[in-house]
Amino acid sequence: MSLSVAPLVISLVIADRIRRYVKVNKLPLWEKPLKYILIFSVFLFATEAILSAIEVTKWIWHVYLIAMMVFSLKQKEFLVLRMFIIAFVPYEFVALFKDLAQVMSAGFFDTNEVYFKTATSLTYIWLIAILFSQNRQFKAAEKERIKRQQEDELNRAIAIRKVELEELVAERTAELTEQKEELEHALHELRTTQSQLIQSEKMASLGELTAGIAHEIQNPLNFVNNFSEVNAELIEEMKQEITKGNMEEVKAIANDIAMNEQKITQHGKRADAIVKGMLQHSRTSSGIKEPTNINALADEYLRLAYHGLRAKDKSFNATMRTDFDETLEKINIIPQDIGRVILNLITNAFYAVTEKKQQQPIDYEPTVSVFTKKTGNKVMITVKDNGNGIPKTAMDKIFQPFFTTKPSGKGTGLGLSMSYEIITKAHGGELKVDTKEGEGAEFTIILPV
Amino acid sequence: MPSLQLFCQFNSNILQMKILVVDDERDIQTLFEQRFRKEIREKLIEFVFAFSGEEALTYLEQNEHEVVIILSDINMPGMSGLELLRLIKKKYSKPPPVVMMITAYGDAENFNTAKLLGADDFLTKPVDFNLLKEKFKL
Repeated sequence: MSLSVAPLVISLVIADRIRRYVKVNKLPLWEKPLKYILIFSVFLFATEAILSAIEVTKWIWHVYLIAMMVFSLKQKEFLVLRMFIIAFVPYEFVALFKDLAQVMSAGFFDTNEVYFKTATSLTYIWLIAILFSQNRQFKAAEKERIKRQQEDELNRAIAIRKVELEELVAERTAELTEQKEELEHALHELRTTQSQLIQSEKMASLGELTAGIAHEIQNPLNFVNNFSEVNAELIEEMKQEITKGNMEEVKAIANDIAMNEQKITQHGKRADAIVKGMLQHSRTSSGIKEPTNINALADEYLRLAYHGLRAKDKSFNATMRTDFDETLEKINIIPQDIGRVILNLITNAFYAVTEKKQQQPIDYEPTVSVFTKKTGNKVMITVKDNGNGIPKTAMDKIFQPFFTTKPSGKGTGLGLSMSYEIITKAHGGELKVDTKEGEGAEFTIILPV
Repeated sequence: MPSLQLFCQFNSNILQMKILVVDDERDIQTLFEQRFRKEIREKLIEFVFAFSGEEALTYLEQNEHEVVIILSDINMPGMSGLELLRLIKKKYSKPPPVVMMITAYGDAENFNTAKLLGADDFLTKPVDFNLLKEKFKL
């Protein structure tokens, strides 16, 4: 007794292949029909075996297999499986033809049995060849699929990481923005503090000057008062002389009055200049360059500084030497700022000589000198002292803000740094220092004309 | 100031007295010459001027016994009036010149220092010339 093993295997193989395909490509709709196919195949085979009804069931198998093949080939979703299904087509075709031939003409079948056997063998070869190549293609496709899957996974991982990174970046950006705002705020406060410091430094130096200014104003005022009193007396005398008719004497007195009048004007102007200078010093710098007499500026600040220190410390004394280049013409500078620099250098010089005088009271003459000189298109203002000089260790720091060798509370440490800024940045000049330890220091302002 | 008054009385007897004025302000010369123009003309008084402590010392060295009164400012650059006072009092003991100190501040510290150094009298700026004339007994 023969059984339809081949159709059963074919139906199961095709169903299994489709089932695997459906599973991989996630087509759950097909799972149920496939299960029925499986059940039907087993059921058909069992019926055939139990009832020994191969003569009937073999036709059912043919119809069943052809229907399955045609149906599968028609489905667009199983396009990839087309080659696989086609592999079985010749076999089924030959099998059907063989069965039909047997039924229709047993003679024809018997005479051509060899051909049928050959054809069947060929369909097997075809089947094996197709399945073999299919298997290779399938494996390659599988490889490709796995690769793509890995890529997808990688891409998904990258996408997740990207989101994480973006969140991180946003977080950092927020932090940085906050920090930037804090820094901007700090910078703003720093700028405010700086301008306050500049103002307080100015006020500190003004404080040093106040007593000097009082003295400097008192002297010319005394002269104004004294000379006007003298003139009042002289006028009385002149009246008497006129009565006497002593015209020679009258003329002499008149000349004296005129001279005194000149003195009054001169001292009045001197007081006026001092007050103006003081106002200029305390005022915020205009930042505007104007033609300025450097000699007068240096002289004014030298006197103010001297008398200022003198008023603060009664024991203070120093010889002042000046050597002004009279050929110097007015040059364009910001007078308040250059005045501050000169004042600062002079105050430092006086400080240095006072310090040395305290250490060496005998055989030392504290001297501060101020020179001006014009060379080529440059004007030099030199402030020189014979104090203790600047130690080598301090030399590279003297122009740094807040650096001071004075005891705490005595110096802001801003004088020289501001001076340096004023000379180099605002005036395009140079501030040079020359010193010998124990012998003194010499600061030179070099300004372009 | 009995010594000063005695001295001035004594001096007015010998007609002319020489006063050395020490101040760094040059106009002080014009001022004194005009304020005392009558006295100068009548040769009751003679003024000499020095514009620094150093200059005053040089003058005193060269004309030792001529000057009888020294009027000195305290606040001067270079040698201060106090230093000048100290040197004069140290160097010239016989006859001792009368030293009057003038100060712009008239404060206790300068006053006391000058007194310790042997200053004979004090004047504060601005100088009251009527008071000064009285002191000279003119």
